[in-house]
Amino acid sequence: MSELHTLTVLQALDLLRAGEISSVALTQAVLDRIAAVEEDVHAYLRVTEEAALAQAEAADAQRARGEDAPLLGIPLAIKDNLSTEGIETTCGSKILQGYTPPFDATVIARLKRAGAVILGKTNQDEFAMGSSTENSGFFDTSNPWDLTRVPGGSSGGSAAAVAAGEALAGLGTDTGGSVRQPASLCGVVGLRPTYGRISRYGLIAFASSLDQVGPITRTVGDAALLTQVMAGHDPLDSTTWPAPVPDYVGAMRQEIGQLRIGVPEEYFVEGVQPDVAEAVRGAIATFEELGAEIIDVHLPHTDDALSVYYLIAPAEASANLARFDGIRYGYREAGATIEDLYANTRGAGFGPEVTRRIMLGTYALSAGYYDAYYLKAQKVRTLIKEDFDQAFETVDVILGPTSPVTAFKLGERTDNPLEMYLADIFTLSQALAGIPAVSLPCGFDADGLPIGLQLAAPALEEGRLLQVAHAYEQATTWHTQRPMLGTG
Amino acid sequence: MALSREEVEHIAALAHLSLSEAELDLYQEQLSDILDHAERLQAIDTEEIPPTATVLRLRTVLREDEVRDPLAREEALRNAPEALVQCFLVPPLR
Repeated sequence: MSELHTLTVLQALDLLRAGEISSVALTQAVLDRIAAVEEDVHAYLRVTEEAALAQAEAADAQRARGEDAPLLGIPLAIKDNLSTEGIETTCGSKILQGYTPPFDATVIARLKRAGAVILGKTNQDEFAMGSSTENSGFFDTSNPWDLTRVPGGSSGGSAAAVAAGEALAGLGTDTGGSVRQPASLCGVVGLRPTYGRISRYGLIAFASSLDQVGPITRTVGDAALLTQVMAGHDPLDSTTWPAPVPDYVGAMRQEIGQLRIGVPEEYFVEGVQPDVAEAVRGAIATFEELGAEIIDVHLPHTDDALSVYYLIAPAEASANLARFDGIRYGYREAGATIEDLYANTRGAGFGPEVTRRIMLGTYALSAGYYDAYYLKAQKVRTLIKEDFDQAFETVDVILGPTSPVTAFKLGERTDNPLEMYLADIFTLSQALAGIPAVSLPCGFDADGLPIGLQLAAPALEEGRLLQVAHAYEQATTWHTQRPMLGTG
Repeated sequence: MALSREEVEHIAALAHLSLSEAELDLYQEQLSDILDHAERLQAIDTEEIPPTATVLRLRTVLREDEVRDPLAREEALRNAPEALVQCFLVPPLR
């Protein structure tokens, strides 16, 4: 039991329920792991050690009374854009430094009710805008597989923490790929649920028509369990689905039976790293061995997703981020008048990528350009969604790479925003269509860096998606590999 | 789609962002590049296509308008950079 930090959530729950380990021992083991490797990884913006151990003690006491809960005693890492009562929440931005929310996001309240232990808040690109976590207002996070490389983003802190054993699982958020892409680059599982499946209440808004909370875990089963705990209608978020939440863990374990997998040629194009394409083709072969039928499908507007996303998301961000003005919370830069105070605070408080996107979004929404940019992008968004609707008439899931490349070097792409945006080309269209998609490990490149496989399903078909992902995971051993870090 | 310097300054003013000369230069160049890339959308025929503002097919539901306790005033003010007698403190509006 010396390696408690390497357990999956489902394994740890079995041991906790059997009385073989305590939540305090488990949480302490993870905190020890954080102490050992965090100076290399830098996954956390803040670790709430005392509170975590107190929650673990409470969980053990609850279990001693004969009670149980879906995540009772499980230590988790939380992305810093999710509001946590009494714990500083900065969204990776200097403009929110020192801000302590007076309330919990709905997902945090649900995790707490399910008995989870919160380890701390993880690093991210500022306001979740980025693909490498290098846009954090505080520091860079390293990829546990190679400390000179990025963990992906924007949920890079949570993905790195889970890969490094600094949490059993974590929460990320996905606006255009921010759960799936870092999961891919760090060799872990990341699920973006259907838009509206999980409440956004208390998630600091980036692009409201796209933002979704999702789990980052070491196995598909853990992702199923966390999603089950978090999903469902929330009176505090009018965009949540009232549809009942199925038993995802149960659904996942069913035989896949007759399965039709769509493979879009648009996902195997120039610019995809050859060993990424090879690993994904290997996954296709595995599914054929499992009895799946492989069918060619077309998503002709895949190439347009980048332009559509980088008009719609910044436009929504420019409106959402108007609230950061130095009046009610966070950073303030003095000004002689209130107008000066606003401009000085925002000019100094936001980092370059956030400023760039606010500028872009403001332009796309401004008088005379609205029809040409924002409205046009919303119309092409309809075409992207129709591509998927059409493809799902003949297939159950769509398969492809999560990211065109494996983890790149820190600093390699920071000078050119467009090049950084290209890291998301395969994760944007599912977000625009509002459908669920999961990334899971499917191989390693020549440098030993993880490669991610992406599967997508129709809206609200998380059960089917997890079932297919689980079948692949059972047939392979990629998910069992862990990075060499520190002393173990 | 090259943005002029005046346009970039106008956008920064609309967004309440105080930026240096060097920042304005940089964003003028970078935003022009990004908008160039977005030009490709103009070639797509969307004459008959409705815009997607949300992917949800939900109808708005109504509930009883019930009075609930608001956030306590001291809680609401706790994070303010400057507060005075139950108010957020700001410079003159002019």
